[in-house]
Amino acid sequence: MTSPAQPSELRGAAKDDAVPHEPAGDQLPPRYTPEGRIGSEGKVLNVFSHGMLVLWALLVTMPLLWAVMSSLKTDKEIFTSPWGLPGTLHFDNWSRAWSKSNIGDFFVNTVVVVGCSLVGTMLLGAMAAYVLARFEFPGRRVVYFMFVGGMSFPIILALVPLFFVMKNLALLNTFHGLILVYIAYSLPFTVFFLTSFFKTLPSSVAEAALIDGASQTRTFFQVMLPMAKPGLISVGIFNFLGQWNQYMLPTVLNTEEDKRVLTQGLVQLAASQQYKGDWSALFAGLVLAMLPVLGVYIIFQRQVQAGLTAGAIK
Amino acid sequence: MEKVRTETGPRDVGKVRPVSGQDPRPGVVRWFQKYGFVIGFLVLPVSLYAVFVISPFVQAILYSFTDWTGLSSDFKMVGFDNYDWLLHDDLFWKAVGHNVLLLLVVPLVTLGLGLFFAFMLNVGGRGRKNSAVSGVRGSSLYKVVYFFPQVLSIAIVALLFQFTYNPRNGALNAFLGGIGLDALEQQWLADPKLALWCLMVVMVWCNVGFYVVLFSAGMSSIPKDFYEAALLDGANRITTFFRITLPLLWDTVQTGWIYMGILALDAFAVVQIMTVGPGGPADSTQVLGYYVYTKTFRDGQAGRATSIGVAMLIVTMIFAVVVSRLGRRERLEY
Repeated sequence: MTSPAQPSELRGAAKDDAVPHEPAGDQLPPRYTPEGRIGSEGKVLNVFSHGMLVLWALLVTMPLLWAVMSSLKTDKEIFTSPWGLPGTLHFDNWSRAWSKSNIGDFFVNTVVVVGCSLVGTMLLGAMAAYVLARFEFPGRRVVYFMFVGGMSFPIILALVPLFFVMKNLALLNTFHGLILVYIAYSLPFTVFFLTSFFKTLPSSVAEAALIDGASQTRTFFQVMLPMAKPGLISVGIFNFLGQWNQYMLPTVLNTEEDKRVLTQGLVQLAASQQYKGDWSALFAGLVLAMLPVLGVYIIFQRQVQAGLTAGAIK
Repeated sequence: MEKVRTETGPRDVGKVRPVSGQDPRPGVVRWFQKYGFVIGFLVLPVSLYAVFVISPFVQAILYSFTDWTGLSSDFKMVGFDNYDWLLHDDLFWKAVGHNVLLLLVVPLVTLGLGLFFAFMLNVGGRGRKNSAVSGVRGSSLYKVVYFFPQVLSIAIVALLFQFTYNPRNGALNAFLGGIGLDALEQQWLADPKLALWCLMVVMVWCNVGFYVVLFSAGMSSIPKDFYEAALLDGANRITTFFRITLPLLWDTVQTGWIYMGILALDAFAVVQIMTVGPGGPADSTQVLGYYVYTKTFRDGQAGRATSIGVAMLIVTMIFAVVVSRLGRRERLEY
């Protein structure tokens, strides 16, 4: 992968090392500026670093572009010339995938599940974080660490008993069951993030509202939540992507065919379509699942980047 | 019942207290007013969390001491039998080996590339715009592109690469053939020697962008003076990176290492979706996460499966402790 770039890396490093060994001090021009010396070193390194940056950009985009291209080809074209451009653009692959291969249904299922669980996560997460951040009560630390501890456990360990908890509560293969599980497993990060966010908000506004006779509940919903909007957006984006892209939980807990969400539906489709040989519809399904998320990301890229990395910086 | 703390506690910043301490109401009423609200707000999230997260984790540990099949409701305690079986199970040790390899290679490569690209984007282009230190041209565009895989589901990425690796019509072999390197064409996922490495490539591909963005944010908060001072002292970019950027970014790198390790330990989705078998060929891609899944849902040995899960938890914890011990350094304030 990096083999074409390696020689230049070596040359770049050698050149770079050589610079400090140049006779220093006495031979410097009277007014030594950084820019003056950088010129020669910079050029070689700039070519090298730009080369690497472009190479990685290509490595990231090529598979995605290849999938989009393949989704517009006929099956025959996919097999005879994998990198060739499609002769004509077969958008019928997309409609076939959407309706016949049930991608449309999976999409609707995902919207329902993620929509409900996102609202639930944000509401319950914000409520818990608010009291944990701003009230002193017995057991506060225990509750907080119980939530935060959940971030570091591998979900797969809980998966087996969780399956049977769901079975006993008659929640297997139901949307509301899946929604509750999504909410529960999103709470650790949401509570962790929002607790530290609520701590940074000034308390004077809330106190003013309380003095004016607002109840605690009303103060929370009408004063504190609007003030916490930036934090809510960050963690909301994080949860949206996490829940939209969730694969393991639905694979185990939601196995009925007509209730599948997009990710698992697509994987099932891949298993059956490869057998049937309808590759074009399969690529089309993949692209249909990919494009909305990429589209949302490109529009909100700054918020998405900030939201996803926010937790790790703290 | 605990007495209401009306006096200044250790952290009274956000605490709502009676304004001047001359609240005439008796303590009990105040207790109810204050904690009634707290309880009302906590009851739903805590119970949901207890039922779906805490109880399964606790149960998992209990079940690992039983011979439960997962199919019927009766089981008996068998002590450490499952763990004894585990220690003598070849496939388990094979999976542990693969997990350890993932744990070493994937974070190292991902974080290394992430640091390299982030450094290039932020400090790489010197001498532009009259400032001694700056990013290369178009650095925000690179960040947008690099971040693409991060917003896609791992399921979608795994499928995409399964197609890419396909020996007959996949992009990879077609590309190699196209540039005249037919000799390098491989069976990829069907080759026991290559399959696990193919999965690692996918995991690295997915996550580099995240760390580029994360480290970029960290690097942009390092004062420019530091770089300029190093530059005046005659440091080149490589020295600057190892002497200034990396030490100041160490905390973030360490967090990223643990996070990436947990991710590499999981590997459930890539194995289940991409590999033949799954877990093959010839168990060459079997990992603990997928082994738990097969033991429960294919073999009906839920007790043994949970003991594998507990082993996984132990590996995770050892890893986290080792990384945070090894990486402990003096914290630098700036």
